[in-house]
Amino acid sequence: MIAVIVTSLGVAAWCFGAAARDRWIGVTHLAGLVLLEVALLAQAVAAVVRIAGGERPEEFATFIGYLATSVLVVPLAVVLSVMERTRWGAVIVGAAAVVAAVLTLRLQQVWTPLRA
Amino acid sequence: MGDTRAINTGPGRVLVGLYALFALAAGARAAVQIATRFNEAPLAYVLSAVAAAIYLVATVGFVRGGAGGRRLAMISCSIELVGVLVVGTLSVFATESFPDETVWSGYGRGYGFVPLVLPVLGLLWLRSTPVAE
Repeated sequence: MIAVIVTSLGVAAWCFGAAARDRWIGVTHLAGLVLLEVALLAQAVAAVVRIAGGERPEEFATFIGYLATSVLVVPLAVVLSVMERTRWGAVIVGAAAVVAAVLTLRLQQVWTPLRA
Repeated sequence: MGDTRAINTGPGRVLVGLYALFALAAGARAAVQIATRFNEAPLAYVLSAVAAAIYLVATVGFVRGGAGGRRLAMISCSIELVGVLVVGTLSVFATESFPDETVWSGYGRGYGFVPLVLPVLGLLWLRSTPVAE
């Protein structure tokens, strides 16, 4: 979880860096976004495996909502970014990466009470 | 582009992404709250649903652009700003009506104050783009 948050914030900073230099994202940013999406998918698979194993977060519906959003946010932002090939396209994917970090944190918070 | 760009390009697309995300977040939250425990705080949950609807209208406005889109965006951003200020203030001073959090409680504190900043950015963006036609 911590690794996913660190990756998200790193990718976000990298994309905002492009925006600050008035650039759209390049291949390296895209590679970072793919890496982030792989991490988010791995996290979602791990969560689904634990749920299938009988564990239940306290707010189950909310957890599923966060989980679905966490895997969709980066691909959708990339699509939007491709439509906007300016510095603002870089801001879009940077913001999505921040959202991924927040969602990961929320997933952890919603899950934890049941483990205690 | 510069002076002639429409509201649905450039920073406008960032707003589209953020508004779509908040329409989804507020809508999903309201759906869960209304479906599972409506009686606990009906006012707060209905407000969550209303907020979600307004975010959706703003999203549509910023996507469509043009005179109609601009008007939709202008109206929904204004309602949002009033909503977040009124609900934010009520949630601080009339806590019994808001036992559970909504997107606008505490001026959007639960969402990193983005609900407070978003309508301001939306209105500033609309102001900075010249009206076409």
